[in-house]
Amino acid sequence: MALVISSPHAHGGDSIRMTMLTVIIALFPAAMVSVYLFGWLAVFLISGCMLTCLLTEAVCLMLMRRSLKALLDNSAALTGLFLALTLPAGIPWWMAVLGSVFAIVLGKQVYGGLGYNLFNPALSARVILLISFPLAMTSWLIPMHVGPSALNMYDFSAALNFFLYGPDALKVGLDAITMASPLGHVKTEWTQGIGVAQALEAYHYSYLDAFLGREAGSIGETSALALLIGGIYLLARHTITWHIPFAYIGTMLLLAAIFSTVSPEHFAPPMFHLFAGGLILCAFFMATDPVSSPVTPTGQIVFGVGCGVLTWAIRTFGGYPEGAMFAVVLMNCTVPLIDHYCRPRVYGHGGGRP
Amino acid sequence: MPAMLRTLAQKLGMLAHGFQGGVHPQDNKLTATMPIEECPLAPLYILPLKQHIGEACIPLVEVGDKVLRGQKIAKAEGYVSVPLHAPTSGTVVKIEEHPVVHPSGMSRPCIFIEADGLDEEDKPLEPLTNWRELEPAILRERVRVCGIAGLGGAVFPTFIKLVHDKNYPIQTLILNGIECEPYLTNDHQMMLEEAEEILQGMAIIMHMVGACSGIIAIEDNKRDAAEAMQQALAENSELAAVRIAVLPTRYPQGSEKQLIYSLTGKEVPAGKLPMHAGVLCQNVGTTRAIRDAVLFGKPLTERLVTVSGDALPRPANMRVRLGVPLRYVFAHCGLEDYDGIEILLGGPMMGERLRHPDVPVIKSSIGLLAMRQETIMQAHAVEEPCIRCGHCGQACPAGLVPNLLADQCRSDQFEKAEAYALFDCIECGACSYVCPANIPLVQYFRYGKGQIAQLRRAQAFAESSRQRSEARDARMAREQEAKAARRSRVREEMAPAPAAENAGAGSGASKKTEES
Repeated sequence: MALVISSPHAHGGDSIRMTMLTVIIALFPAAMVSVYLFGWLAVFLISGCMLTCLLTEAVCLMLMRRSLKALLDNSAALTGLFLALTLPAGIPWWMAVLGSVFAIVLGKQVYGGLGYNLFNPALSARVILLISFPLAMTSWLIPMHVGPSALNMYDFSAALNFFLYGPDALKVGLDAITMASPLGHVKTEWTQGIGVAQALEAYHYSYLDAFLGREAGSIGETSALALLIGGIYLLARHTITWHIPFAYIGTMLLLAAIFSTVSPEHFAPPMFHLFAGGLILCAFFMATDPVSSPVTPTGQIVFGVGCGVLTWAIRTFGGYPEGAMFAVVLMNCTVPLIDHYCRPRVYGHGGGRP
Repeated sequence: MPAMLRTLAQKLGMLAHGFQGGVHPQDNKLTATMPIEECPLAPLYILPLKQHIGEACIPLVEVGDKVLRGQKIAKAEGYVSVPLHAPTSGTVVKIEEHPVVHPSGMSRPCIFIEADGLDEEDKPLEPLTNWRELEPAILRERVRVCGIAGLGGAVFPTFIKLVHDKNYPIQTLILNGIECEPYLTNDHQMMLEEAEEILQGMAIIMHMVGACSGIIAIEDNKRDAAEAMQQALAENSELAAVRIAVLPTRYPQGSEKQLIYSLTGKEVPAGKLPMHAGVLCQNVGTTRAIRDAVLFGKPLTERLVTVSGDALPRPANMRVRLGVPLRYVFAHCGLEDYDGIEILLGGPMMGERLRHPDVPVIKSSIGLLAMRQETIMQAHAVEEPCIRCGHCGQACPAGLVPNLLADQCRSDQFEKAEAYALFDCIECGACSYVCPANIPLVQYFRYGKGQIAQLRRAQAFAESSRQRSEARDARMAREQEAKAARRSRVREEMAPAPAAENAGAGSGASKKTEES
């Protein structure tokens, strides 16, 4: 052994593989809820995205003549799972495949692979999909147990048929199987001059349903409860720290509380914002993606606050009903700057203490 | 912000001080509470001339000389240096280069002493039993001539730390009995068996530096040691101002700067000494050595080491003579075959990997570990890309952002690395320990520090060369000018010579020019 190895000669045993696996495990409750709500469609989406991501990663690694061992680090599988959970159940299969390829190629490998990407791969792919296919990406299937739908997603052949050939296969109109998401509904009504409270009443909005996940939305985003269980697991395993999720959600709640108190007609209440759309998924899982978030605690708080402000602003004033993924992707750009300016105080350097 | 909250809580007394970061490595204290053994005399002792930080010693003996135990065999050179003493009686057989403790297996001049087995002692120095009446300077000189350097691993000549500076009075003496490295138990065992002796040393040091209070710091995984010290303290009427602090077990609690913060809430300013925060830290073993030097006039010729490791058949806490080859100590503990075994000097977190077991024990050797190669290689798995998880920053006790620093060192952005406080890294290894990507962060920092130091040396050299060459140019120009001036004067003297013959005087020439 000629190589010079220097101390420490002990290691705690953490690995990238386990870190990624922990996040996958943390997403398990949300994935289960998505299967409960969207039946086989969720299964197809999740497995399709994960497989495509792994395949794309393998192709990229081969093209770059790198070891295929990198597939085992679970990062590509996690990206696939992330992406699937942020997609609406009704999108065509090829869109999901395209998104997965985008996520791996444009979101990760073009920067040099794991650890070098500026943006969260899954979220950047979702943003690309949303901008490219706005209609498909905002048509929400009526989940099982929520309302009468012409599509029984627990029926394997019906679901497969729908997944492969789209709504045309059913010979029913889109209206018979889709509904508006709460965020979308409020936004549409608001553009027609109807106040928030009135819009929510017309929607039969229930906070309990929103918390449990009995509402329309992307397959993994609906259940705040399932996501919170996963988030707490990540916190308990020290995979993430509290800084980003708390700063992010706290900022959202604060802004919503202030504005909805001042003008309840124009601004949605804080609890609505909390349970709606992808906030909790983004706050606990996407914004905390280690590669594309700041490393210092202060930086993470700044990052979380920035995400909160942007999400609230886009939801309230923007053209899109949901702003969480835009907010995170935008804040991803600022990470190198935040890291530079938000370094912790070094031992023995000022700080008032002798 | 969290740091602010913590500080606030500490000020309100809701939270004990605790340094930030740190890790909890598996402690593997195989030799805990094993009684101290004496290592038998070895046939040969090898004494490197440089065992401390600072200048190497100059040998006072020659090949063939007979020496006695405790006899000075090399004298200190320069201020930051201490003399060296023979560990046993015998004959100096050679003085030549031999591999010493160094990551590259470098060789350095050593004195070889063949033991005669009689272990005759030289006449000890006069015991200073009346140390309470003596000037600190006299005691300090005693500590110096006895060759005492920090036995906790840093081996800084101890007498330098024992100063009495009016501008920076030392209020508190901290006795460092933390021993946070895995495997090591020698300080623990010394506190259990020799509590009284340690306290005597503590009293002497407090007298020397004029400290009015003392803290004995012990981690809470060694409560028995804390009890032993407490008992000895209760019997000692002199040390009423000394208390025992039991601190939570967390690596690197024993690092001087972190320990000072944990105990006093004060930070040692960057680039300064603990003295500037009004404290002095001494290791348990050093304190005991000071006591022996003052009360018995015994120079430093032996130390306690932990001989341990997962590949060692019979681990032990052992008192060994300085200069005994590791091979001899390991053989005494049942290890003969070094196939598939890695040797570490010190603990696994900060120790050095040695290339072979023929190097001798020196003043800095706190532990001799024989580890299985697999264990070591597991800790040095293949480096993967950084995923910026920030665990290194959370573990860093110095408040650095190790992953950014490592990037800078790796890409040779040394100025930036310095601005990111590279030199405040204490190389404790907590960052590498937690890194999920197995990045050898500390190795990058050492590389960065080394490169910067080299760069500085090169710059200093270039600067002095430039000055030299400028001075030379200036001198040449001056000489040229002087030569030219002389030449023109000579020419003038020569040229107007015919005229001068007429005028009758050389001065006439200058008058002439003045007139013209």
